[in-house]
Amino acid sequence: MSNPAEPTPEPGAPAAVPPPAATSVADAVSTQTGPGTVSNPGTGEEALPVPVTIEPALPPTGTPTGPSSLEAALRAAGPGPGENWPTPADGGAPLTPMLTRRWASPRSWSINTYRQLDGYQALPAALQVEPGRLTELIKGSGLRGRGGAGFPTGLKWSFLPPASTKPSYLVINGDEGEPGTCKDIPLMMADPHSLIEGCIITSYAIKAPFCAIYIRGEAVHALRRVANAVEEAKAAGFLGKNILGSGYDLEIVVHAGAGAYICGEETALLDSLEGRRGQPRLKPPFPAVAGLYASPTVVNNVETIASVPAIVMGGSDWYRSMGTEKSPGPKIYSLSGHVTRPGQYEAPMGTTLRQLLVSAGGMLDGIPLKFFTPGGSSTPIFTPAQLDVPLSFDDVAAAGSMLGTTALMCFNETVSVPWAVWKWLEFYKHESCGKCTPCREGTGWLVQILRRIVSGAGTLEDLDTMADAATNIAGRSFCALGDAAATPILSSFKYFRSEFEDLVTGRTPPVVESRLLVGAH
Amino acid sequence: MSNANRRIGAPVFLTTDIVFDELTETRADEIIAKYPYSRSALLPLLHLVQSVEGFVSQPGIEFCGRKLGLTVAEVSAVATFYTMYKRTPCGEHLISVCTNALCAGLGGDAIFATLTNHLGVGNEETAGEPGTPGSLTIEHAECLAACDHAPVLQVNYEYYDNQTPDSALDLVNALQAGQRPLPTRGAPLTDFRSVELEIAGVFTNLAERVDNPTASVPTLRGTVLAAHTEQRAPAMPDHVDFPPLPEKK
Repeated sequence: MSNPAEPTPEPGAPAAVPPPAATSVADAVSTQTGPGTVSNPGTGEEALPVPVTIEPALPPTGTPTGPSSLEAALRAAGPGPGENWPTPADGGAPLTPMLTRRWASPRSWSINTYRQLDGYQALPAALQVEPGRLTELIKGSGLRGRGGAGFPTGLKWSFLPPASTKPSYLVINGDEGEPGTCKDIPLMMADPHSLIEGCIITSYAIKAPFCAIYIRGEAVHALRRVANAVEEAKAAGFLGKNILGSGYDLEIVVHAGAGAYICGEETALLDSLEGRRGQPRLKPPFPAVAGLYASPTVVNNVETIASVPAIVMGGSDWYRSMGTEKSPGPKIYSLSGHVTRPGQYEAPMGTTLRQLLVSAGGMLDGIPLKFFTPGGSSTPIFTPAQLDVPLSFDDVAAAGSMLGTTALMCFNETVSVPWAVWKWLEFYKHESCGKCTPCREGTGWLVQILRRIVSGAGTLEDLDTMADAATNIAGRSFCALGDAAATPILSSFKYFRSEFEDLVTGRTPPVVESRLLVGAH
Repeated sequence: MSNANRRIGAPVFLTTDIVFDELTETRADEIIAKYPYSRSALLPLLHLVQSVEGFVSQPGIEFCGRKLGLTVAEVSAVATFYTMYKRTPCGEHLISVCTNALCAGLGGDAIFATLTNHLGVGNEETAGEPGTPGSLTIEHAECLAACDHAPVLQVNYEYYDNQTPDSALDLVNALQAGQRPLPTRGAPLTDFRSVELEIAGVFTNLAERVDNPTASVPTLRGTVLAAHTEQRAPAMPDHVDFPPLPEKK
C-alpha cells in the first residue's frame, strides 16, 4: 500500500491548473487537527480554486465527430466573440460550482488532478470519527437525494438497523436514463474520484464492507473512467484492507447494467444487481432493512454521493449557505433542447429556469419557449408561466410538478405537444417491465391511441379514453414507472388539450405520416 | 429470427457450435469472484458471452448457467429482459440512434430515417454479413443521457454527439469502408464484441482506454461561465467540527 500522504504527481499533468494556494496534499494532511474536525487549507477568504484560465471566446466549432481538445472545448463553451457573458446582474443564474469545479481541468478524471484540487482530503478526516457522526453531519446538511425523489440522505442512512447480524451494503445508482437527464454520466466521466471518495466515506458511515456502483451499460466510457478511478484509489491505499490505517476494509465493484430504464428504480436495480430481471420489489421491506442480498442497504444516486466529500470538508452550515432552507446545496441543472448554449450549469437549489436560460444565451434563434420539463419526462410539464418557479424540491411540488433530476428539456413553439407525448409514451411502453398489469397493458393502449392521434386518425372519444387509461395507471401501478407514464398525458391535457382536439378534428394536419409509424420502436 | 420462433413462453436462442475457450472460462471465474454472491455475475457473464459471439446463443445461455449453477430457464429469463442482449448476430458495429422526444425533435428521427434508408434495413437489423468487416446493426435507442448534446447516436456505445443526417451518413460510410472515426466522447472505436468485453468488466488496457480526450462543450459550459465571470461556491470555513452522536433516548 502506498502512502497517501506522499502523492507523486505526474510530471506536468495538470499544468494548466493553477494549484490552489497551500493545498498540496502533504500540507493538508499535516494540518489535520485531530479526531472530529476538518481543517481546510488556506485562509477563510480563499475560495474554491478556479480551475481554468479562459481565453477569449471563439465561435463554436460544431465539429460533428472526433474528440475536441480541452482547450478547443473551453474556447467554444462560452458566448461568441463580442457577446456578453451573463452574470447574475444580467438576470443569469448565480453559479456555485462544487461538483463541476474540476471538470475543466486537464485529465480531470485522474487521481493526480483530483488530489491537486483538494481530493481525498475529506476521507482521512472522516475515518477518524465514529461512523454515526458522519450520518449526523449529512443529516444536518439537509442533503436530499439527487436521483429524483429528494429523500433526505442522512435520514436514509440512519434507517439501517443498528444491530443487524448481516453486513450492510452501499449501492450507487448510476443507471441514468430518465429522458432529459444527463448529469451523472458527465460527472462520472469528468470527476469519477469525487464519487469514489464519497462512496468510501458513505460506506464507512454505514459500516459497509462492500459497495457496488451500478452504471448504465450504454455509458461505457463512464464505466471505464469509474473502473479506472477504483484501480487508482486502490493503488493509493484508499480502498482495500485497513484503509489509511483505520482498520476499515472496503471493496468497490463497478457493475454494468444491460439496457433497462426500470433498473433506475432502486428495488429493480437491486434485483438486477443480484442477477435477475430488473423488476421492482414490493415495499416494505425497504432496502434499508432488506436490500441487496436481503441485507440492510443504502441506495443513493451518483450526484448525491459525489456531494459527500465536499460536505465533510465544508460542513453543514457551509453547505446550507447555498440553496433553500428545505432544499440546501448546489444542484447540477441540465439544460437541453432548443437552447442557445445547452449544458450543465451548477447553481444553488431554487434557481429559476428564467435565470438559467439567461446564462445559456436564451432560446435558440429567439423562438419562444412553449413547454419544459423541470426534471425529466416523468415530471409534469411546465409552460412559460412557470419560468420563475424556484427549482427546488418543495417549490416545484407546490407549483404542481416534481423537481426530479433537474433535467430541463426546453421545447420551442415549433414542437407539437401531442407528438412529444407520443414519443415519450413509446419510451414508457418499451421500458415497462411487464410486472404489473396497469403499466404493461396501459402503456400499450396509450401508445396505440397516440399513434392514431398524431397520424390524424384519432377521435375526440380517444382523448377521453386516454385520460381514463392514464388515471387508471397512475397510482395503481407497482412502481413509479406507471405513474411516470401517465404524467405526460395528464399534464399535457392540463395545458395543451386543445392541441389534441385540433388534431383529431382535423383543424391541424397530422404531425406524423402514418407510414412513418410502421416500425416505431 | 423467424416469426415461428417468437412463440409466447418459449424464448429461442440460436444454436451455434461455439466452445468457450480457456480464457473465457478464466475471465468468467474472475468476474464471479468479484461478488459476494455468484448470481450477481450473471449480467456481466451475458456481456462476456456477447464479446465472444456477438450475440447471446443457446450455448451462451448454457455457459452462464453452468458457471453460476442456474437453469437455462433462469438465464433465459434474464437474457430476454434486457435490451443490450442481442438474440441475433450483431454487425461489426452497433449503431444506436436516440429517437426519444428531445433528440428526435432536434433531428434524431431524420438521422434514423437517413441511415436506415442508406443501409436498406429496419430497426434491429443488420446490413452486411453479421460479424464481417463493415457490417452494421442499427437500432432505435431510448434516451442516451446526453440530451445536452442532442441529437446523439452511439457506435458500440461510444458517443457521437451533435449529429446531423449528413454527419451521421458520413460516419456510416466511413464505418462501412472499414474506417473507425473517433467518437466525440469515448475511447477510440473498436468493435461491438471488444466493447462488450469491457462492459463485462474485463479491461485489458484500461489506463490507455480512459485517456482519449473527452472534453465536450455542453459538459463544460457552466464551469467555464462560472470561471469567466469569477463565480464560485462560497469559501469553506477554516475549521469544521463534526456533530456529536445523537443522545440515546
